[in-house]
Amino acid sequence: MVKEKLEEIRQKAMASIEEAKDQESLNDVRVKVFGKKGEFTKVQKGMKDVAPEDRPKVGAMINEARAAIEERMNEAREKMQQRALDERLKRETIDVTLPAKKNKIGHRHPNTITLEEVEKIFIGMGFDVVEGPEIEKDYYNFTALNIPKGHPTRDEQDTFYINDNILLRTQTSPVQVRQMEAKKPPIRMIAPGRVFRSDEVDATHSPSFHQIEGMVIDKGITFADLKGTLEMFVHKLFGDDVKVKFRPHHFPFTEPSAEMDVSCFKCGGKGCRFCKGEGWIEILGCGMVHPKVLEMSGIDPNVYSGFAFGVGLERIALLKYEIDDMRLLYENDIRFLQQF
Amino acid sequence: MRTSLKWLQAMVPGLTNDPKEFCDAMTLSGSKVEYYTALDQDLDKIVIGQVKKIEKHPDADHLVICQVDVGDKTIQIVTGAQNVSEGAKVPVVLDGGRVAGSHDGKRTEGGIKIKKGKLRGVESDGMMCSIEELGSSREVFPDAPVNGLYIMPDDAPVGGDAVKYLGLDDVVVEYEITNNRIDCFSLIGLAREAAATFNLPFNPPEIKEVGNSENVNDYISVEVENRDLCRRYTARVVKNIQLAPSPRWMQERLRSQGIRPINNIVDITNYVMEEYGQPMHAYDLDTIAGHKIIVKNATEGSKFVTLDGREHVLDKDMLMINDAEKPIGFAGIMGGQDSMITDDVKTMVFESATFNGTNIRLSAKRLGTRTEASGMFEKGLDPNNAIEAMNRACDLIEELGAGEVVGGVIDFYPEPVKPWRIKFEPDHTNAFLGTDIPREQQLGYLKKLELGYDEKTEELIIPTFRQDLLSFADISEEIARYFGYANVATTLPKTSATAGGKSLKMELEDIAKDVAEYCGFSQAYCYSFESRKVFDKLLLPADAPERKAIEIQNPLGEDFSIMRTLPLNGLLTSLSTNFNRRNENVSLYELGNIYIAKSLPLTTELPDERMQWTLASYGDGEDFYSMKGVVEEFLDKVGMTDKVTYVPSKNRPYLHPGRCADIIYDGVLIGYLGELHPTVAANYAIKTRVYIADIDMPYVVKFANFEKKYTGIANFPASVRDLSLVMPKNTPAGDVEKIFYAEGGEHLESVKLFDVYEGAQVADGYKSISYRLTFRAKDRSLSDTDVNDAMDAILKRLESMDITLRS
Repeated sequence: MVKEKLEEIRQKAMASIEEAKDQESLNDVRVKVFGKKGEFTKVQKGMKDVAPEDRPKVGAMINEARAAIEERMNEAREKMQQRALDERLKRETIDVTLPAKKNKIGHRHPNTITLEEVEKIFIGMGFDVVEGPEIEKDYYNFTALNIPKGHPTRDEQDTFYINDNILLRTQTSPVQVRQMEAKKPPIRMIAPGRVFRSDEVDATHSPSFHQIEGMVIDKGITFADLKGTLEMFVHKLFGDDVKVKFRPHHFPFTEPSAEMDVSCFKCGGKGCRFCKGEGWIEILGCGMVHPKVLEMSGIDPNVYSGFAFGVGLERIALLKYEIDDMRLLYENDIRFLQQF
Repeated sequence: MRTSLKWLQAMVPGLTNDPKEFCDAMTLSGSKVEYYTALDQDLDKIVIGQVKKIEKHPDADHLVICQVDVGDKTIQIVTGAQNVSEGAKVPVVLDGGRVAGSHDGKRTEGGIKIKKGKLRGVESDGMMCSIEELGSSREVFPDAPVNGLYIMPDDAPVGGDAVKYLGLDDVVVEYEITNNRIDCFSLIGLAREAAATFNLPFNPPEIKEVGNSENVNDYISVEVENRDLCRRYTARVVKNIQLAPSPRWMQERLRSQGIRPINNIVDITNYVMEEYGQPMHAYDLDTIAGHKIIVKNATEGSKFVTLDGREHVLDKDMLMINDAEKPIGFAGIMGGQDSMITDDVKTMVFESATFNGTNIRLSAKRLGTRTEASGMFEKGLDPNNAIEAMNRACDLIEELGAGEVVGGVIDFYPEPVKPWRIKFEPDHTNAFLGTDIPREQQLGYLKKLELGYDEKTEELIIPTFRQDLLSFADISEEIARYFGYANVATTLPKTSATAGGKSLKMELEDIAKDVAEYCGFSQAYCYSFESRKVFDKLLLPADAPERKAIEIQNPLGEDFSIMRTLPLNGLLTSLSTNFNRRNENVSLYELGNIYIAKSLPLTTELPDERMQWTLASYGDGEDFYSMKGVVEEFLDKVGMTDKVTYVPSKNRPYLHPGRCADIIYDGVLIGYLGELHPTVAANYAIKTRVYIADIDMPYVVKFANFEKKYTGIANFPASVRDLSLVMPKNTPAGDVEKIFYAEGGEHLESVKLFDVYEGAQVADGYKSISYRLTFRAKDRSLSDTDVNDAMDAILKRLESMDITLRS
């Protein structure tokens, strides 16, 4: 009797679960079956009329039926929840190509980006980054660099003077002297900074620009070391494919002196408009520190030797970013700066 | 410096004809070639023709029809040239040939191809050329007409190669010679380098001794008063001068050097100048009073007219050439009008001297007359070269029949320069260069450069024309450049390791860059010098300390005349540029020095260079507080937040008086920020509100603190109190916050402003301001009493400042 009743309830409940379209109707089924006045509850309540000896058997039947219905009900609910979630996710689909919401982030100046790259390379090789004054003594800018008063180089450099002894430094080389005076070898340094020459402003000149000076002083430093160090620098800055060429040159504070060219990164050395058909681009001046310069700075040239080099920062930045007018670097037009 | 390749080849037989090969090798051995030009690169099929017959063109008044003999045949050419005449010899470009450009001197890249054609219906088989069409100019062919065909000399062979005949089959090479290689400002010097570079024999000109039986001393005497400024003075006399054009070979060589042939005497002087790099000067002996030359300093304030007709006022530092009565020339710069050689010169004095380079340079600068001669002298010439040039010139005078050289030489040379010696140290050189060049090979290079060697003492003997060779390092360079820089190995220094890195100052600047950029500011680079007008633009009063700026003695103009003492002008100018270009929302920052003199004018002490981190901004959403936010982000990153206060600025006339603050760290002024004064903005033509901030970085270096210790994360709940206060409008919120922290006790964790209100709800002269105060203890939950005590203390203090709870 109970068994039949249970089977009937079970059949009906299963059918209703099957029919239920949403969680609400599923809940209705639950109330209808297991609620206070539910059909199943009625059967449970009828347990008291069952003979005591039959109760375990009937109880088991009831439990089994309940478990079956509940399981089906849970399955149905999970399915519905999954469907609802799927629908929500589908509904929430957005157009990922619409513009981003961004914080406005500023841009570093191409000079600085270039400088930091150079600094990183040399710091990796154990170089210190040091600085010196921009308003400098004539002694450090010229005399101590083997450019005594009356030397023609003084004229070539178009110096801004403050008075007879003080000037706006025309090069970062005076930092070499200051470092040699202040430190004992081994010295490995680069000295980036602002320099000044009285050139009128045009596409390739500025009365104020930047150089990066470099110097290594120790026992047994050779011209071959100079070549190796600078070649490594160029490979790190412009890539391993770039070739370097050292040409003899003259600077009063180095001997032997050289200028270093790199193969044109645009045409690879074949010659193009970028390198004016030469295939090579002049990049820096360098040489072995002149024994007189060592001596004047209190370093014994019979014990120590060293090399030094100077790079024009703007020159590298202009080349690297293919900027065709130096004035852009000092105009600070935001449309220019935003490109870096 | 420029050389004709043909002229070099005359001294270096066997020298390559391939200009690229020549230039590359010269550059790598140290004589840097800037560029080279083959004079005939755009010329093709140009022969010497002779006009045989001229007829009128039937249909054009301005054209004629010429029958021109071009050697193997006669061709018909129609021309509009005015100066064509029967019998004239002219350069003719044949059908299919090329000329370099048009007759107005404009060159065409690759040349212009000439083809047979018809001109107004009449056949024309080629073209007769002007000098410009041949790629040259009247500058070096002064006999060419202004507008017309170049008429060639009578000896030009009809049918011959016109380009070769005119010497245009040459390559002109332009070098960048460094100022230490004085010897290379001459053809002989570069020929010597070329011979060494290509390992070829070097044949400098052979000089024949010339001079008649007379004695120069009977014609002229020389006295040098200032021996410091005139190390050597040589003079010779030439009489019976026959002025005439110089021969074609000499004209050709001068032309290839870009020099206009004038007459034999001038040409010889120029020729020797090119060959030896020694300027010479010629005086008309008949104009020299007392036939006496005195080399001495000028009389201060006297006047002198140079041969270009300009009058100069002299000073006592200028070295003059004088006769017995008066100055006749600026030593080494330019001769005088009165003593110059004219067409009826009979006897002349040739001068070849060595003057002090620095003196010549400074004098030429003061006179504003820098000549080719002074440009050479100022390099500091070798006195031993002076006599060689003199003798070469006299030899040429006889060779060209330009005059009769009087016997003997006047040679004032009290302290002759002798070759000096440098120890030859091949092993040391190898150790210095990082090479392994055998001793004999090293010596070979040096001998090629005419250095002598003393086997016994193992010393090199340096010829006096190599004034740049003074030390071991100089010798090593000679060896390195002839060994080839490319052949030196590349190694890395095998030395003691060094750590490397940046200073704290630079690290802090990097943080400033990062913070500025993450806050939306882009980096600007501005000039360090500016105009005094900036101070007026920034409304600084006459006695403002910022006006005490370092002046540049020789500025590029008023706009760049002083070193900046405050950093604003650069960024404001940049903002102005951006505003003018209609760029919206511009935020810029700069890291750059200002220059503060301890006293003015500077004497020997250098000024204080103070790095400034300056920010400036205009556009949507920018206000005082957004700028303050950037400053605080930075101070937070460098560990300086704790002790910073903001005090309304008093002495910043460039800022909005009600919207500016000095930034004080522990009692020290480290910067300021605010809205730009509207008048200043207008002065920079920025028609919107501008916000600026400036941090004096040396103080950041001093106060930055990166020490951090973990203090735990709060485990107990916070107790929060919201407080709405009514306070006098002029009381800064900062004062209230100070009281919160002073009275709030140890458990006051944070203070947060969440509302400011002024208006109808609040009495006139008052504002309402609301804070959320958060209290928390590390070790327990706070009770109400804990918090209430603190709140009572705060309110009590506030009441004393006329600040009450809003009802």
